[in-house]
Amino acid sequence: MTFINYASREINCKIVYYGPGLCGKTTNLQFIYDSTAPQSKGKLISLATETDRTLFFDFMPLELGTVRGFKTRFHLYTVPGQVFYDASRKLILKGVDGVVFVADSQEERMDANVESLYNLEENLKTQGYDLMQIPYVLQLNKRDLPSAVPPEHLVEELQRKGEPVFEAVAFKGDGVFDTLKAVAKQVLTELRKG
Amino acid sequence: MAETPIIMHEQQFQKIKSVLARLFHETAARMVFLVDRDGQPIASHGDVREFDATSFASLAAGNVAATSSMAQLIGEQTFPTLSHEGERESIYICVVGRCLLCVVFDERSTLGLVKLRVKRTFPELLAIMNELAQKTEENRRLENALFAEITDEDIDSLFS
Repeated sequence: MTFINYASREINCKIVYYGPGLCGKTTNLQFIYDSTAPQSKGKLISLATETDRTLFFDFMPLELGTVRGFKTRFHLYTVPGQVFYDASRKLILKGVDGVVFVADSQEERMDANVESLYNLEENLKTQGYDLMQIPYVLQLNKRDLPSAVPPEHLVEELQRKGEPVFEAVAFKGDGVFDTLKAVAKQVLTELRKG
Repeated sequence: MAETPIIMHEQQFQKIKSVLARLFHETAARMVFLVDRDGQPIASHGDVREFDATSFASLAAGNVAATSSMAQLIGEQTFPTLSHEGERESIYICVVGRCLLCVVFDERSTLGLVKLRVKRTFPELLAIMNELAQKTEENRRLENALFAEITDEDIDSLFS
């Protein structure tokens, strides 16, 4: 849910990175964090288990610049991908303005991608959203791995509504900012529509 | 969309700031924050210059969201207040409509005093939040017109 503050001339939006366990959601945020100038970002908060798996969420605020005199701030969240953290995933989708689905390109993770995408649609519904209506981008991560499925096959299985699709190798940063830009642009375009 | 955006205007913002300032003094708190339930910081009072209010807001919202879900599992609607007591620093959180009122205090204050003053502040803050929601609805067309002026070039310039 966008928060527009006329007093401090700020627009705040929430973007959630969704996807199956170990698909690279946290890696996306980590790369954005590492590549952004200190004055444009806040702390990267990770609520993780002792083995570095996301327990509740990762969070980082990112300031992109000014539009029509308003500072635009994006709050980036990831959800825990593991199946049994579903209650947490639902909570993090509350008030979302845009979603990035990070798919794992490996053939053996295809079922996990499909299940997670279905879970996203269901959880959005419980929060009163429709995947077909909200700003949404599909990222095909781990393109560098030998068992990566051809992108056209992944698109056929996972694309829902002609959303923008980006190939990525998140730990190297390939495709990370293209994905972020695409979803942020959709969120601001949605704001313009009213 | 599930919820309408919160649109804060100068008048309501100043009202909220003055309520927080009063609560800050009445409770002898270190800091007082109002954040929305989705984790956006709205307003604060106290020595917050060196404090990471953005992270605090997102964690407070996550905390309330998690405990509210726990409440529902045991048959409660929500837990309207939460308190966390440390050795020296403590936090008290109260749900006010779509927002969370958070008081950070130390040994100069007490949980009892904070609870009492927050309870007295609650109706006033709730009234401002309701007024805000009503104004947001009334001004929706006006706001839409303003943001309709955003061009593709404006958006692209953010990423150049």
